[in-house]
Amino acid sequence: MRKETIYSITSPYREPMDIIGYRFGSGERSLCIVGSMRGNEVQQMYVCSQLVQKFKRLEKEGKIALNHEILIIPCVNYYSMNIGKRFWTMDNTDINCMFPGYDMGETTQRIADGLFEEIQGYRYGIQFASFYQQGDFLSHVKMMETGFTDHNYMLDFGLPYAFIRIPRPYDTTTLNYNWQIWETKAFSLYTNATDQIDLPSAKIAIEAVLRFANKNGITTQKIPGGSLTEIISESELLQLHSTKAGIYRPYAETGDSFEKGDLLCEILDPLEGTVVERITAPSDGIVFFRYNRPLVFAEGVLYKIIRN
Amino acid sequence: MLETIAQAALAVNENLVIRKNRISNMARSMKRKKRACIVTGTHGDELEGQLVCARLADILTRESSKLEGIVDIYPALNPLGVDSIQRGMPMFDLDMNRIFPGTPDGTMAEHIAYDIINDIKGADICIDIHASNIYLREIPQVRINEITADELVPYAEMLGTDFIWVHSSATVLESTLAYSLNSIGTKTLVVEMGVGMRITKEYCDQLVAGILNLLKNIGIWTGETEPVRKAILSTDHDVSFVNSSAAGIFVPSVEHWVDIKKGDHIGDVLDPSTGRVEEYVTSPCDGRIFTLREYPVVYGGSLIARILGGVHNA
Repeated sequence: MRKETIYSITSPYREPMDIIGYRFGSGERSLCIVGSMRGNEVQQMYVCSQLVQKFKRLEKEGKIALNHEILIIPCVNYYSMNIGKRFWTMDNTDINCMFPGYDMGETTQRIADGLFEEIQGYRYGIQFASFYQQGDFLSHVKMMETGFTDHNYMLDFGLPYAFIRIPRPYDTTTLNYNWQIWETKAFSLYTNATDQIDLPSAKIAIEAVLRFANKNGITTQKIPGGSLTEIISESELLQLHSTKAGIYRPYAETGDSFEKGDLLCEILDPLEGTVVERITAPSDGIVFFRYNRPLVFAEGVLYKIIRN
Repeated sequence: MLETIAQAALAVNENLVIRKNRISNMARSMKRKKRACIVTGTHGDELEGQLVCARLADILTRESSKLEGIVDIYPALNPLGVDSIQRGMPMFDLDMNRIFPGTPDGTMAEHIAYDIINDIKGADICIDIHASNIYLREIPQVRINEITADELVPYAEMLGTDFIWVHSSATVLESTLAYSLNSIGTKTLVVEMGVGMRITKEYCDQLVAGILNLLKNIGIWTGETEPVRKAILSTDHDVSFVNSSAAGIFVPSVEHWVDIKKGDHIGDVLDPSTGRVEEYVTSPCDGRIFTLREYPVVYGGSLIARILGGVHNA
């Protein structure tokens, strides 16, 4: 294992922020894994830190295949993490909206550029990401549909679900999108936590990455288990909205199966406690996403379901 | 007349309400009137448009007999952001100006964006007023995507700003309010001026005069107007960027909107602990500074100035 500084930035009031990378094996740039880019992505950093341990051990045991190099960057933005802020400390910009970056640009553009300079050219790229909507997901892998996408690679993670996302304009400045444009096969991995550490879903994610590495000849360590993956277009997910606002009382959790007509949640009047809305399942299915805050606005997305 | 154009219930006993003030001459016939929309407050920390809206509402209401059409004034597309001094919509990760045209099936923010577009579409002109953020001071300018320049520059010239910046197209900008409206045939001009969280009265008065001039030119306003400035068009000049390469506090040595020569001193980046000059910042070209850093703390990469090359006082 070689520990190195990928990119560094100075502040007039803090110690320098060094983006640390860990390299394993040598030879062809095979796999790059990037963790938290936002200050609240603690789970993403945790998973990467555990992968550092796993690959360290694999390297020691000679189980990294010849001519393969792996780079893991657990945390890109610990300046924000250390002050409890999601986006960049000073100007609140999102590093994951600055790719491919610009070396003469603003601070977060320079960070994106410095990072991208180091992580492009890998055959496979995995980003542990978080979503802009507040809630919990079933663990899954996602690829952007850029025209360079081979969806079948997602099967090698052995996660139950894989999604194909049609990019929106704001996606075009993310790492995942730009990795693909620069010919890295790029995947976003989502576990069901962001600002908390969730050990079961972290374990699933760690095994999924190790399984992928083995199936693609990067390591020789077989990882048993895994699921038969169902590939779904993101547009096939059914979103259930609230029509009322108030206190959200869920009865269905992520991963739960339900039948048509089952009660999924209630919305309560926040002052009087009366039930103002009951949301029931429109069909048989599984909860893929669940909103996870106690208060909800009208028109909030409360569930995304996979219909049977 | 105040009208609600979009609303959504918040969690506890309150609604998010987006309003417009519709001003017209009620004595005129009801046949199809021309309509102009003045919108601002998409970013909650940009307040320059607040005074422009207030001034226009006052003038047009007092002299509504001189209106030949309708003027809709939307002072706050993101009222919760303005109220809480947040650039974005509170509790929503994405920039509101990156989710247009919205969708009726999306999140609350996307639904509201959809309602806003539906309310504005079909107007004869829309002016989307932004301030800069808190970091930079901007001279009054109209920003136009190059793909709509031929159609929009003549209208932008009526606004009497100092500068019209025709910028290159970028996919990420396809989800702005202006792009979305222009793509459905509603001509929309984006104005940037001043600095975040502040009101620059001089710039606001300049833009109010420009808007009245534009309204008169397109047949909506028959009242008095003042002569407006002739804007410098960016396509006739190069735009240079000056970014800090050191971290520290930036202290300018020039004024905003002044002519400068290549190599002239723009300012210093100082180490606040030692007073040492970490960077002596100079101009890369002859020209005029139209953007100047306002917020003093800088990192490597922080934008310090933008210079419009080859501009000189006559």
